[in-house]
Amino acid sequence: MELALNWYLSLSAVLFVIGVLGVLLRRNAIVIFLSIELMLNAANLALVAFSQTFGDVNGQVLVFFVMSVAAAEVAVGLAIIIALFRNKETVNVNEINLFRG
Amino acid sequence: MLETFLFFLFAIVAVVGALGMLIARNPVSSALWMIMTLFSIACLYITLNAEFIGVIQVLVYAGAIMVLFLFVIMLLNLESMPSLGDLDWRKVVAFALGIAVLAQLLVVISLKLDVMPEPVAIAEAADATSATNIGIALLTEHSFSLEIIGVLLLAATVGAVMLAKKRFV
Repeated sequence: MELALNWYLSLSAVLFVIGVLGVLLRRNAIVIFLSIELMLNAANLALVAFSQTFGDVNGQVLVFFVMSVAAAEVAVGLAIIIALFRNKETVNVNEINLFRG
Repeated sequence: MLETFLFFLFAIVAVVGALGMLIARNPVSSALWMIMTLFSIACLYITLNAEFIGVIQVLVYAGAIMVLFLFVIMLLNLESMPSLGDLDWRKVVAFALGIAVLAQLLVVISLKLDVMPEPVAIAEAADATSATNIGIALLTEHSFSLEIIGVLLLAATVGAVMLAKKRFV
């Protein structure tokens, strides 16, 4: 591999941290969910970079599984957001406090 | 040379898209910025010679998942919420935490640990991880996991329909 592995890992770290900031700073449930997807993608990028550096096919098989699980997660998560919006009329996570009575 | 140029081009586009997702006011703009990031990550996969994963990324993420997001955003008819709002101590703490995580990750990356195997040549790696070899690995070594993923997707479909039904919650 021509380009150093460290560049890919650094990009992956930066994208992951932007996802973390999205979860911590934003209060919109849908944007928080998008940030989680961004973190999954950052992890996938690191996996593919490792897989191509060391010529190991298992890294890309794992990325394939991560993408399938992410698709399932998005379907269920968005359904939960729809159900919450139907009850509470908001997607602001500060106003959704089901366990506080 | 070309590879380096393409890496930095797509890396900058990906980071700009992610930051746009973070600071956009409207969730629709957030989703559109995210599509830009996902496309540039797919281009990075292709410059890494991982064509199969690159194509799957465009099909599944940029195609299916983001369309689902946009569909739900438009279904809910959300008013724009203040994107980041005014600065309070919680946001400052959150920002400091994010920077701490970044510093931690970069320190770990820059450490020279002797745990990595020897890197292999580009052509050899591209051959070992071709779509053919991924398919062989999926259907032989990982066939049980593949079946489980099928069951999981079915369960997720049924669960999503149940959760989104009117009288469920």
